[in-house]
Formats: sequence, structure tokens, C-alpha cells
Amino acid sequence: MGLKSLRWAAAALALSVAATATPVVPAKAEGDQFIPLLVYRTGPYAPNGIPLADGFIDYFNYVNWKEGGVGGVPLSWEECETQYNNDRGVECYERLKNRGASGATVINPYSTGITYALIGRATEDKIPVLSMGYGRADASDGTVFPYVYTAPITYWAGADVMVQYAREQEGGSLKGKKIALVYHDSAYGKEPIKTLERLAEIEGYELSLFPVAHPGLEQKATWLRIGRQVRPDYVFMWGWGVMNATAVKEAASVGFPMDKFIGIWWSGAEADVLPAKEAAKGYKSLNITGVGKDFPIVQDIVKMHEEGEGLADPANIGSVLYNRAVVNGFIITEAVRKAQEKFGQRPLKGEEVQWGFDNLAITEQRIEEAGLKGLMGPIEITCANHEGAGSALVQQWDGENWVAITGFIDPNRKALWPEYKASAAQYAKEKGIDPRNCD
Amino acid sequence: MNLKHLAIGVVCSLGSIPVVGLLLQQLAEAAPNDIFFGWDFYIEVVVTGLLQGVMYALVALGFVLIFKASAIFNFAQGAMVLFAALAMVGFIEMGLHWTLAFLLAAVVMIIVAILIERVVLRPMVNQEPIILFMATIGIFFVLDGLGQTIWGSNVKALDIGISQTPWFVLQGEFFPGGLRLIPTEVVAAVVGALTVTLLAVLFQYTKVGRALRAVADDHQAALSVGIPLKFIWAIVWSVAGIVGLVAGVMWGTSLGVQFSLSLIALKALPVLILGGFTSIPGAIVGGLIVGVGEQVGEVFIGPLFGGAIQDWFAYMLAMIFLLFRPQGLFGERIIERV
Amino acid sequence: MFYREAGQFKTSYAADQAIYPIRQDKIGILILFGFSLLAIPFIAPIYWLNSILIPFLIFSLAALGLNILTGYCGQLSLGTGGFMACGAFFSYKLATAMPDTNILIVFLLAGLGTALVGVLFGLPSLRIKGFYLAVATLAAQFFLIWMFNKFSWWTNHSPSGVISAPPRAVFGDIDVTSASASPEAKYVFLLLLVSFLALIAKNMVRSRIGRSWMAIRDMDIAAEIIGIRPMLAKLSAFAVSSFFIGVSGALWAFTYSGSVEALAFEINRSFEVLFMIIIGGLGAIMGSFLGAAFIVLLPIALDTIPLLLGLPLSVETVAHLRLIIFGALIIFFLIVEPHGLARLWQIGKEKLRLWPFPY
Repeated sequence: MGLKSLRWAAAALALSVAATATPVVPAKAEGDQFIPLLVYRTGPYAPNGIPLADGFIDYFNYVNWKEGGVGGVPLSWEECETQYNNDRGVECYERLKNRGASGATVINPYSTGITYALIGRATEDKIPVLSMGYGRADASDGTVFPYVYTAPITYWAGADVMVQYAREQEGGSLKGKKIALVYHDSAYGKEPIKTLERLAEIEGYELSLFPVAHPGLEQKATWLRIGRQVRPDYVFMWGWGVMNATAVKEAASVGFPMDKFIGIWWSGAEADVLPAKEAAKGYKSLNITGVGKDFPIVQDIVKMHEEGEGLADPANIGSVLYNRAVVNGFIITEAVRKAQEKFGQRPLKGEEVQWGFDNLAITEQRIEEAGLKGLMGPIEITCANHEGAGSALVQQWDGENWVAITGFIDPNRKALWPEYKASAAQYAKEKGIDPRNCD
Repeated sequence: MNLKHLAIGVVCSLGSIPVVGLLLQQLAEAAPNDIFFGWDFYIEVVVTGLLQGVMYALVALGFVLIFKASAIFNFAQGAMVLFAALAMVGFIEMGLHWTLAFLLAAVVMIIVAILIERVVLRPMVNQEPIILFMATIGIFFVLDGLGQTIWGSNVKALDIGISQTPWFVLQGEFFPGGLRLIPTEVVAAVVGALTVTLLAVLFQYTKVGRALRAVADDHQAALSVGIPLKFIWAIVWSVAGIVGLVAGVMWGTSLGVQFSLSLIALKALPVLILGGFTSIPGAIVGGLIVGVGEQVGEVFIGPLFGGAIQDWFAYMLAMIFLLFRPQGLFGERIIERV
Repeated sequence: MFYREAGQFKTSYAADQAIYPIRQDKIGILILFGFSLLAIPFIAPIYWLNSILIPFLIFSLAALGLNILTGYCGQLSLGTGGFMACGAFFSYKLATAMPDTNILIVFLLAGLGTALVGVLFGLPSLRIKGFYLAVATLAAQFFLIWMFNKFSWWTNHSPSGVISAPPRAVFGDIDVTSASASPEAKYVFLLLLVSFLALIAKNMVRSRIGRSWMAIRDMDIAAEIIGIRPMLAKLSAFAVSSFFIGVSGALWAFTYSGSVEALAFEINRSFEVLFMIIIGGLGAIMGSFLGAAFIVLLPIALDTIPLLLGLPLSVETVAHLRLIIFGALIIFFLIVEPHGLARLWQIGKEKLRLWPFPY
């Protein structure tokens, strides 16, 4: 082929790109409850994104396999690859929001950045956003953020749990202790600072901050200062992706005691400790779900896989992030179930599912009945409270597996709520939002 | 290669270490709340920086090789590092010993180099540098996608039998806790030094090396005396690929092999402008300066601004150097004619 | 046949210097503009407006800015993301500090502020050239992002460092910014603004200052000898380019994403815009638009093609394939037409002029 014809081919290609960009893919089937999945199976965060995505599709498939969907309405879903990139996340949202019989049920961005970008849009489109353990903490205020849910727990509450746990370890007081926060220098990593500063005044510990620039490959200086200069009693970490593995490794190499090093729930997956292997032994992190495979529902999913009905890579079953996605899926199906009580057993619109979320109460009894006992704590979401009073536990890496070492710990919400309210009020003022009335 | 320059560079950079230390000591006295200074601590930071610098230099070397021989700014070097490391881990997962896997990965990189030369470079001879630069970004995407397609996106541990427990040497009065050295980094430093010596010998004393230097000097003149340009390019890209593999192994053992490895290319850029795009010793000295500068900057100056200044600090350092020497420390003098 | 300029005589210099000297071109562009302005907002689906046309227009503006610097003045810059961030954060500060000011004035001021920053970081260009300069502009990129990320003053002390664009109106009370504005209004506003700025750019590059940029690009020493002041030319290119890029950053934050953090403008953004101008065509205003369209559409097209064909590929495979194909296409285009889509367009027009009787 000569250069000339190649050139025509190039021109034709450019035109055809424009022509095929129209998304006209029909929904999978009539009468499905459609759930868009924003996933990242490639890119820098793929090691974390893959088990998350696998957990979702396995759980939804399980619901269809076990009981033919929620209240007889089968679930359908479509994955859209975001590569953890905000723009692509927004594009995915726009692409998928009107799919299915009734549009998107709920959005799970699984990225604090994408959550921020979608809050305005989803509210406008009346589609709930469930940012489970990430996103804006102040979105717990359901009066200002009617369509955003932070259940079961926010970063601020996570910071509170960490401090509680450290205090308990120190025999009831943190007075005069030093705590260092190593955080990803982004919206996500900055979330806990205010809470930790506030608690420093109450508990009397000294807080030092160590931002780590994205993507977090460079932490030598940080850990030299921690290991040699600051010598804190505890290190808390808000890391993500490669930053976690690097931090664990560096902490070990400066000889920081691993059992005083506690990560947030995004810093405690298998991928974060595997590269450091033995050195990571003793490292702790929070988790919002139970650990391992010893739960009836997970066993059921294993059974489904044995019958050849599984969709995901079986190696991921029972991993930290897989379990988190299963719990996330469960919260969604429960909200849909609740909404069906009011609106009937048909594919529901986002707006209707929002009602389900606003009135969602997952009791201990219901959790046990569904086979999730120990996998999650009870939550109760109301119109004004979108956090749902969930809790977190502490887990530890034993060199092979993550092991839960505490039960679910409740954060001190009495102190947190005024903070949520104040921050949400500032947002409302800036955006000119009239808080809705929840009484 | 200009040994005199190299010597001056090394002496100057070594000499500046105590000077910077003294300055920092003064600064620490002025702002005792923010900055913590002790000579033992300072030395430890500098040593960490030097070792880190070698790791940067390993990545930068690949850039220099290609730029020297073909004036192409190879953005895909980072992706080549990742691809090579992934290939090696792939072979190890097939049950091979790591040495064998290393050799096979090197073969893979040679094949990749030949393909790049055939498919990309050959049709683009004589294009402007920026166009070639763009083409290497294209290569970056292809390698990234291909690597993940073949070996998956999960993080993989790479174990070549180097212990992860730090050594504490020189324990004594000056260093109460001992000077901390991480075995991986020490090995990397040794491997880096070996690589550079090997490349220097290759360039200086072999026939291919002479041809390489001729090509670097002037493509057309080299062609006219009968040097096979395409062959030389294939060689250079292969060597860059193998240097990338070495870098990938070193970074991979400490961080695990994963996508983020391809991002370390960005850390090599300030090294490049500092050392000069065309100088192999420049890459090493530049790497050391950036490594030390970054660590010292972050540890002692960072706290004044709230930290995480590493990213731009290296670039600013490099930019200030450039204002005095626009061709980098060891770059060839730019002579312009109308 | 129908595209022929026979019989169109120029009787004045003004006519000879028109942007579109050929009547068919003029009509064509007017039809295109009219169609974009009057028809598209009503017929395009919301998805197209929100996730294709709006980012396309904003990226076109950024590409236009970079093209002035790189394509016309020959100064390679990788700091585009940083300058976009400047525009976004400046306009956020201005818009929240002066809520009653018209948003257009805010964007203008933010653009001017960015131009100032651009000049500052353009200073090294007086001494540094080529790839050395490119890497030096990375200093701007990393420093600016760090600065906006680090100092909470820029985000009005928001705890997470994210800014949310407040809703603002332009014509009467039609909101054009933030998520609550209708996509149609945003689109029309952007179309008018970007077209206006493109017109300015087009005229600028045809004028004295544009010609001095091109002289510097082609050979700066020669240009200096014939009396062009390199400092003035280079810094003005940095200023104008940064102005455009700054406005596009402001538009990105205010009309497209609604809320951004500094990391949204990281280094990848710079590369993205660089792709656009190289694929589109260096030194061509048209090329900025074509390149932006191509880079915005290509990933979406690559995502949807397997679905259209009904191929049972997993998202993972599609994502990997997309990377491979994207890279391969870049190489393919560079091999086939290193001067970009704008050049293809040119060739197409030449052919059309002779068609259907080529000889």
C-alpha cells in the first residue's frame, strides 16, 4: 500500500472515529434493575480495582442465580473502565446513566475524585451516589446532599476510630504521645486532617503531617524523618495504590514497629502488603467489612463458582476488597428491596431508589438472615443521616492473611456530626443550595 | 567523553555536600521548630539520596543512549522498564530460575527493539524531533497495553534473592544507631556502576561503539562512510531495553512489579536535563545530584512549606542549573549557525 | 465541480486578506457555525453535549493555546496542565470573592493572570531550547499543581482541596456554570466564546506578531538577525498561549466538571493537549479543533466499537486493546501524515478543487 492510499485510509479512519462514537447500545434486557459499574481493571490502581469489580459482578450474579434478582426483578449491570481517571469517570457516568429499563439505580464511583465530580451531576439527574467509605465526609448530611450516601462510615469517622484504637492500646490516654499522618497529597488524603487536629486538642497528642506526592513512589525522605527525627508513637496512613506498598516497605526499612502503623481501609488490601511480604508482618489497617471466606454468603458464592456460574476470578474471593464490594452490593440490593416495598416490584428509577436509601435500616437480624453475619455491622440511614451509623474494625497482616483483631468499633459520632453539619453548610452556601427539610 | 569535566563535576558535587550541610545547620538554628539538623542524620539523608540517585540514573541511562544515537527523546523508556520487568516476572512464574528469566527477558527486549526500529523508526527517518517524540508516546501506549494484556494488571512480587532487611553499618560514636543501608539499593548501586562501566567500554573500545559515536555525531556523515544506520539503531534500542530491564529489576524488587513502574520515567527527566541528554556519565552524576538534592530538600527544606516538594524541587534544581549551562552539565556545547 | 474559485475576483486588499478567500469556504464555515449554534443544541442527545461536545470545545481552546506556543512559536511546552490549573483556581478565587461580577470578566481576568504566570515560566526560554525547555516547563507543571494543592487559601480552605464552581449566569439569568446549568446553555455559551477566541487567534497569527513567532520558530538566530526581538516574540507567545490555556482551564472547572482538585490538571493533561496539536497539526488553528475532536472521540469510539459489533470482550481486554490501538493509531498517523489532520484536510480541499477532472 503506497503512502497515498495510506493517507486516504487515515482520513477515512478519522471520519469513522467520529461516526462510531455514538453510543447506541441497547440495555441487556427489558425489565432489569440496571446498575452501572465504574471499574478500573487497568492502570495504576488496577491491583485494587480488579478485586472490587470482581466482587460486584459476583454478588449481582449471585443474587440473580440464587433468587432471580431482587423481588423478582433481575439485576443487570455494565462495566465501564475509568482507569481511576476523573474525566473518564464522568464520561462513563454520562454514558451509563440512562441505560437499562429505568436508568441507573445507583452509582459507586470507587474514587474520591470521581465522587466529587459526580455529586453535582448525579444530584441534578436524581441518581443516588453511594460512596461507601470514601468521597466527601460532609455528604453524610442528607439535607444538603440528598442524593449522596456515605454509609457505613466516613474518613472523619475512620480517623476517630483510629485514635480510639490507639488510645485503647496505650491504656486509655494519648497524652504526650506523637502521631504522624502519612497521606496521599490529594482530596482523599486530606480528608482526615481536620478531625485528627481536633482530636489532638482533646486527647493531647501531637500530630505531625507528612504529605506524599502522587503517585507515592517517593517516600524515602518521609520515612527518614519519621524514623530518625520525629519518632512518633503511631503512624496513621491515608494511602492508595502503590503508595501503600512503598510506605509499608519503607516503614520496615527504617525499623518502625509495624504494629504501631495503622492504615485506613484503602491501605489494607492484599496488594498493599504482598510486595513487602515478610516485612509487612504486623502492619494494621482499618476495615469496614469482615475478613476472609468464613461467611455464609461468601461460601454460597464459592458454591456458585463450583457450579460453574461464577463470573469473576475465583482467586479474588474472600479478599479484602472483594468482600467490600459484596457488602456494597448488599447495601444496594437492600435499598432496592426497601424501595420496592413502596413502589412495587418493577425496575425502579434512581429517584425511587433514593427513597429506599433514605429509609434503609439493615438490622443485625437481617444481616444474619442474608448470611453476612460478621461481614458488616448494622446501619440505619435516614433522610438527614446518610452515614447510617456504621462501624469499622482493625485487622492485622500475619504474613499470609489479613486477620481481624478487634470487633466493629463505633466512632464517636456525637462529636463528628456538628463537623459534618458545619462543613455541609459551607458547601450549601457556596453552591446556593437550599437544604431540604427532613422533619 | 571528557574525563576532566567528569572529575570536576564529581569534585564539585562532593565538595558541595559539607557546604550545604553547614548552610542547613544555620537554617536549622534560625527555625528550630521546623527543621531538625544533626550531622549524622544529614549524612544518612545524603547516603540515602546517593543510593536513590543511582536508581534514577539507571532509568535515565536508557534515555541518554537513545538520545545520543538518534536524537529521539524516548518517552517510552518508562514503559520499556515496566514491560521488561513484567516479562521477567512472567518467565519466573513459569518456573524458571531468575537468571534464566533475566536472559529471556533480555531477548524479549531485543525483539521489541527490532520491532520498534522496523515499524516505527524506519518509516519516520528525517522527521522533526517533536514528531519522533510523539511516536515514542505512541510506543508507550502500545507497550503499556500489551504488557497488561499478556501479564495482567495485578501487582507481582519480584524476588531475586536479595534480602529486604536493612543493614546497619559503621555503628559507633558518630552513628549511634548505625548507618542504614538497604541491600536492594546497595546492589542497585553496584549494578549501576557496572552498567555504566560496561557501556563506557562498549562505546570507547569496540567497533560497534565507534560506529555508535559516529552516528551520534552526524547521521549523514556516518551513513556516507558506510555505517549501517538501521542496524545501529536496533542495537541502541536493544541496549536501552536491557538497561531498562536492569532498572525494572531493581525498582521491581523494591516496589513490586506494577503499572506505576512506568511512571518513574518522570523522575528521570530532571536527571537528564541536569546531566545533559547526550552524556552517559552525565546521567550518573545528574542522578546523584537529583537524588541527594531531592532527599535533602524534602527532609530539611520541605517542612518549611508543608512537605511533598520533591516533585518540583528536582525540576527547579535542574532549571536553575540550565540557566547557567543550557546544555546540561556534560552535554555537548550547542553551536548554532544561521 | 462545485468547489471552484473561478470567477471570484479580488478587487481590494481587504478581500485578498480575508480569512476565507474562497466563497465556498466562507459559506461552508457559516453553515457549520449556524448548524452548531442553532441546530445541535436541539437535536444532540444530552450525552453528546455533556461528555463529547463540551469537553471538545474546552480542549480545542487549550489546544489552540498550546498551538500558538508550540506550533507557531516553536517552544515545546509540557506545562499546559499547570496553566489550566492556574485559570481554574484564579477564576474560582475571583468568582467567590466577587460574586456579582459577570463570569465573562472573571474568566478574562483569570486568563490574564495565567498569562502573567506563563510569562514568568517562559523566561527560561530565552536561554533554553528544545527538549531542555520542555523539561523545564515541567517545573512549572509540578510547581503549580503543588502550590494549588498545598495552600488551602486557593480553595477557600475546603478541607479536601476541591473547588466547586458556583452557579453563575451570563445572559440575563441563564446559568452557564456548575452542574445545575443546562447542558444546552453551557454548550451555546462555550461555542460562542471559543469561536470568538479562535477568531482572535486566527487573526493574531496572520498579523505582525504571529509572523514574528513563526520566524522565531523557523530559526531563532536568523530571526534575531533580521530584527525580530526574540524576547518580545517568545514572551508574547507564552503570554497569549497561557491566556488561552488559562481560560480553557477556567471553563473546564466551571462548565465541564463543576468541581475539580488540583490533581485533575496533572501531567497527563499536558500530554493530552500536546497529542491534540500534533495529531491535529502543528501551526494550524484548524488543527487544534480537529486534534481535540480526534482525541476526545477516539477512546470513546474504541470503547463502543466492540459493543457495536457484539464482541464478547471483557472490559479489561477492551481497556488494554484501547491502549494498544490508541498508541498504534498515533504512530500510524505520524507515519502517514506527520503534519497532522489539518494537512489531510488541506489535501482533501486541493483534491476537491480538481474533482471530478483531476488533470
